[in-house]
Amino acid sequence: MKTKPMKTIADLKIGERGVIVNFTDQGLSLKLLEMGCLPGTQVTMTHIAPFGDPIAVKVSGYVLSMRLNEASTIVVA
Amino acid sequence: MKKSPKIALIGNPNAGKSSLFNSLTGLRQKTGNFPGVTMDKLIGKWKLETGDEAEILDLPGIYSIYPKSMDEQVVINILANPKHPDYPDLAIVVADASNLKRNLLLFSQVRDLGIPTVLALNMIDVAENQGVVINSVKLARELNVEIAEVNAKKGIGLNGLRLAVNKTLASGYNSNDSLPMSYSKELVEEIKEKYGDTDDYHALLWLSEHDNLRQFNTQQRVGFDALQEKYGWITQEAQSKETMARYAQLNEIVDNCLHEMPVEEEPVNTWTDRLDKIFLHRFWGYFIFLGILFIVFQAIFTWATYPMDLIDGGIASLNEFLKTQLPDSKLTDLLTDGLISGIGGVLIFIPQIAFLFLFISLLEETGYMSRVMFIMDKLMRRFGLSGKSVVPLISSIACAVPAIMSTRSISSWKDRLITIMVTPLMSCSARLPIYTVLIALVVPETSSLFGIFNLQGVALFALYLLGFFVALFSAWIMKLLLKVQERSYFIMELPSYKGPRFSHVAITILNSTKAFVFEAGKIIVAISIVLWVLASYGPGDAIEQAEIKVKAENPTLSGIELDNKIASQKLENSYAGVFGKVIEPAIKPLGYDWKIGIALITSFAAREVFVGTMSTIYSLGGEVDDENSTVMNRMRAEINPATGKPMYDTALGFSLLIFYAFAMQCMSTLAVTYRETKSWKYPAIQLFYMTGLAYISAFIVYQVLK
Ligand SMILES: Nc1nc2c(ncn2[C@@H]2O[C@H](COP(=O)(O)OP(=O)(O)OP(=O)(O)O)[C@@H](O)[C@H]2O)c(=O)[nH]1
Ligand SMILES: [Mg+2]
Repeated sequence: MKTKPMKTIADLKIGERGVIVNFTDQGLSLKLLEMGCLPGTQVTMTHIAPFGDPIAVKVSGYVLSMRLNEASTIVVA
Repeated sequence: MKKSPKIALIGNPNAGKSSLFNSLTGLRQKTGNFPGVTMDKLIGKWKLETGDEAEILDLPGIYSIYPKSMDEQVVINILANPKHPDYPDLAIVVADASNLKRNLLLFSQVRDLGIPTVLALNMIDVAENQGVVINSVKLARELNVEIAEVNAKKGIGLNGLRLAVNKTLASGYNSNDSLPMSYSKELVEEIKEKYGDTDDYHALLWLSEHDNLRQFNTQQRVGFDALQEKYGWITQEAQSKETMARYAQLNEIVDNCLHEMPVEEEPVNTWTDRLDKIFLHRFWGYFIFLGILFIVFQAIFTWATYPMDLIDGGIASLNEFLKTQLPDSKLTDLLTDGLISGIGGVLIFIPQIAFLFLFISLLEETGYMSRVMFIMDKLMRRFGLSGKSVVPLISSIACAVPAIMSTRSISSWKDRLITIMVTPLMSCSARLPIYTVLIALVVPETSSLFGIFNLQGVALFALYLLGFFVALFSAWIMKLLLKVQERSYFIMELPSYKGPRFSHVAITILNSTKAFVFEAGKIIVAISIVLWVLASYGPGDAIEQAEIKVKAENPTLSGIELDNKIASQKLENSYAGVFGKVIEPAIKPLGYDWKIGIALITSFAAREVFVGTMSTIYSLGGEVDDENSTVMNRMRAEINPATGKPMYDTALGFSLLIFYAFAMQCMSTLAVTYRETKSWKYPAIQLFYMTGLAYISAFIVYQVLK
């Protein structure tokens, strides 16, 4: 069974927006939830560090940084 | 109501708790514009409306009552345990108004723990800049809590806060809402039965966090595990559900009380956005950071020279003056050669150290520190560190002791341990005097790089970079050795830039410099006296014999020359000289003689005594005329008896520089490493690997340059 790969925050380009759908890593999701990354929230990619990692997104009015592998656990639409 | 209630400041990292603490108590707890400044609790006093004095407790920041790192556990261990001596009678939840919803999550949890709570809305100015206006009257009604609008930094709104605290203390616990999530009543009852009566939320907190709570012993923890099993409790899931349920409630409340000025689609371009475009640039980001560092070290070497020369001259003339005025006695020598030389060795570096503190404090207060963490994370990770290691590494430019404490915010134990192990390799302020003296000896003052940069400043910068790269390299080796696979993450807030308050910065510099001088001063005075005694007395009559011997061997000499010969013979035969001679064979390959050997011995416990020791040794080792009276000049005039050339040539100078850059010569650092790792193994490893590294590198440098 092959499904279309899900789009995650890691796939966003600078300035691009997405709405959080769900998380693929339960271990990280609590921390992300606490930081205000809730399903249904809009995120905007704002910065990509030199060498492409980590990244920073704007979410619920503030800037949150995370690594690419963390960003790729957040599915967006 | 209790006479002296305990009030805890609880809030998200960087919400302004420590700033509020300072405003309330008049104390000077360290603040900074990045998450994770405060690492341990601190208590102060605050006068209440009733005239009673409350105990105010400043704590590390937390995002929720479920801890992810060591600093957060400090707070949870207090909040989870009503029998804890610091368990608060009231909590002031300090909330960052520019990020209200996330801050209220914690508020709702703290309140559900049954602690009377006041909400202090801070950073309203920041929120307004972002176009956010909060109706705090409405918010207070919806949340059923006393709210005080404050500006923690400027100390505005403290009276309102006092009123709110007073009301809440008088009325007691101010909520009887039920918990927002569903849970098994049966399970909670069983917990209460086994572990003591409490409210439901505490019971659930114990159940999920028992492994992090010191109030429970192993047996009790096993009991909790069994309960989890029995009721099919999955902590992760329960906590996620709870968080979502809380946000669902808060969403509605916040939407009702918060007005965003601009329409959603057109976000305001704040200063922070604009600055971040530059500082976080994929390419220029690094250059700007390096450029800033470079300028700082240039400044340290060029601008600080003027006040340093003044202080140096002042101390030299004071010594001369005392020598001419006081009777010629051993006591006078102790005062001038021992004490004043030693203390002067530290005093002249005040301008440079103040500069260093200014730089670090600007880095911390403006918010740039978080940006450095952001751009460095990828690089650091390759070497087994994390972006969060940047804070300890940079703050250890001032001192490794608080730097090692600041590793508590690193959630992964492996990352944290490696950071602790390599942090002391960064050049701390105690090394600055050593670097300055030695660089001045081996790098010509007049030469410059490309005609603009002071070459001595470049050399200093290079030494700091060397420390950093060797720290990275050592981290990489440890990463290979430590086989732990542990998840680490870098989910971190990048706070908005904030202008530093210059009065704050000034006071910070003043206090840190004062602390440095007094801390170093105490050690230096103690060691100077001991050293002076050891250098003035010798085993048996060796000292007297030295004088007779010199006179017999050099019958033609007289005056200053004879005095110098006698003095240096005396020193060689003193206890200090004997010790130096004992280790001389071991350090000869590095180019050091027994005099440097004495300095190595004295700086074993604290490297800041190096310069003082040098000046004591060289002033005891010979009479000096006015011109030679500073340490640097005395060292410059020292002749190597074997070659007849100046002792401090390039090879010896660099060998010493490298040795002091890498060697572990600081008891306090070893002690704090022990405290933070709870094992003697790690300070022991630190001592051996760093000193070994120092020895080998100094050996190579000397042999190559010789
Ligand atoms: N503009 C503005 N800045 C503030 C205000 N209150 C505090 N600050 C700044 O916010 C930053 C964080 O303040 P701290 O008091 O260190 O925050 P904290 O909550 O103790 O942070 P941690 O110890 O990391 O948990 C500092 O740079 C303060 O100067 C305020 O009301 N307005
Ligand atoms: Mg603080």
